[in-house]
Amino acid sequence: MQFGIFSVSDVTADPTNHTTPSEHQRITDIVTIAQKAEEVGLDVFALGEHHNPPFFSSSPTTTLGYIAAKTETLLLSTATTLITTNDPVKIAEDYAMLQHLSDGRVDLMMGRGNTGPVYPWFGQDIRQGIPLAIENYALLHRLWREEYVDWQGKFRTPLQGFQSTPRPLDGVAPFVWHGSIRSPEIAEQAAYYGDGFFANNIFWPKEHYMQLVNYYRQRFEHYGHGTAEQAIVGLGGQAFMAKNSQDAVNQFRPYFNEAPVYGHGPSLEDFTEQTPLTVGSPQQVIDRYASMREYFGDYQRQLFLMDHAGLPLKTVLEQLDLLGEEVVPVLRKEFAKNRPATVPDGPTHASLVAASKVAALGAAREGSDAAAEAGAATGAATGPGTGAAFGLAASGRPSERV
Amino acid sequence: MATKKLVVVSAGLGQPSSTRLLADRLTTATREHLSLLGDEVSVEVIELRDLAHDITNNLLTGFAPPKLQVALDALSSADGMIAVTPIFTTSYSGLFKSFIDVIEPTAVTDLAVVIGATGGTERHSLALDYAMRPLFAYLHAVVVPTAVYAASSDWGTGAGAGSTALPDRVSRAAGELAALMHDSVRSSRVVDPFALPSGFSPTGSYGEE
Repeated sequence: MQFGIFSVSDVTADPTNHTTPSEHQRITDIVTIAQKAEEVGLDVFALGEHHNPPFFSSSPTTTLGYIAAKTETLLLSTATTLITTNDPVKIAEDYAMLQHLSDGRVDLMMGRGNTGPVYPWFGQDIRQGIPLAIENYALLHRLWREEYVDWQGKFRTPLQGFQSTPRPLDGVAPFVWHGSIRSPEIAEQAAYYGDGFFANNIFWPKEHYMQLVNYYRQRFEHYGHGTAEQAIVGLGGQAFMAKNSQDAVNQFRPYFNEAPVYGHGPSLEDFTEQTPLTVGSPQQVIDRYASMREYFGDYQRQLFLMDHAGLPLKTVLEQLDLLGEEVVPVLRKEFAKNRPATVPDGPTHASLVAASKVAALGAAREGSDAAAEAGAATGAATGPGTGAAFGLAASGRPSERV
Repeated sequence: MATKKLVVVSAGLGQPSSTRLLADRLTTATREHLSLLGDEVSVEVIELRDLAHDITNNLLTGFAPPKLQVALDALSSADGMIAVTPIFTTSYSGLFKSFIDVIEPTAVTDLAVVIGATGGTERHSLALDYAMRPLFAYLHAVVVPTAVYAASSDWGTGAGAGSTALPDRVSRAAGELAALMHDSVRSSRVVDPFALPSGFSPTGSYGEE
């Protein structure tokens, strides 16, 4: 089970003193926040991608590359990477590069983006959001797994004999999550590829996301990647804590009331009751999130939104101390209890490399069995190196069936 | 004997409300007509005044609080709808439109609807036909030919030369609604929220080698 934080990178005025940090300040703060996440024992830091104010994170690989150099163990991810308006070729190149520089500490979460004007600004049409996500990812998936790609699609210029460089580290593509708030098409896509599915789980009632996750789990099994309970699920979450729960409510209320997403809407009390946002003592956060597995099944990744709505850096760092020192260690124990051994952990580069070796061995065994059978049937000699599996190995292509 | 589901949306703000009074008259008349056709009817009344804060919160957050969600679910699986709004400044009230704005785009597709409105004078009666009717046409609802407008004076006026009394208009509209509801199977439909669009492929048309 992986724990971490994700940031949408908003530059928002602090409603308690009406000061707004500069972009530069927020950009340097985010590096501090990521370093802090590692220091307090979190596993993952994920950063959003936006192309309009008040967000600063237009270029996540630059930021993540810098953070990679400043950290040792932190797994770097995105929340989300715009699979619709980015060229999939550039995503393949950028994140393979980041994968090398970070020694494999990178994965991605694909999202469509819901800011209407971003599509035309990048030459696309929001009404084509799903077809763009489907086609662009199909290409990205191949670019990381095939040496030379011939490609023709609807949304970008064709490719003939294109080789994306650098090749993925150890011949293993970065793990991919697909994030969606309401589209079954994206859950279906994640299931088809055996990729992860991430449910935002912060703005709406969990019941909504439970349906979507359950659907993804069923389809994951349908496509033969394992049982439904072995599907790779990630959840968002949101918390604000103080030792004393009423202090947390008092401190967070002004930020809640003015927050870009839910400000001036429902009361803090209604919103915390209806959505996973938890404002209170660390124990309340533990209780709320330890119960998530009862609703979603055993899952692999839990990310919290901690820096937003104008919360000052000092407060965010204090929150991370509470999260890393008091909440996550207990959650790790809670989630480990009665977790079936067959449910996989959150994917890492090391686990993917190991799985690809196992798959390659399996393919080699199958290949030689098939060759032997063919040989027996036809009476032809089949020497080593002529089976399909050896052909695969020779081309350096890892099995897709990871 | 089939049980038909009738949802009544009343956007009146006053208590008591003449909009609700008109909605209730239409409901009673529809029940009578359905009974003649051999149908029982279950009625769910949605008073938008009670949901006003929830509707605004839904507009701001994108999700319906529990009480509003119950109302939205009732509408999606109804066989018939009676929609009555006061006419404010030439059209349906803002609260009525806000409610329509938070329902799913397909929530009232194929739904039989009677539209009704109330106002201070008869001069606003055409708002039903230039504002309410196109709104439901856009949503692919089936609006019955008779719309019922009740001005304040209608509550004390009998039939006269060239005009019918309010109860006659209510009865005619209710008869038209009951006939459509009698044939409706909306309430027994099972909707799959994860139905993929036909022809959808997780790799797209161009994904395969």
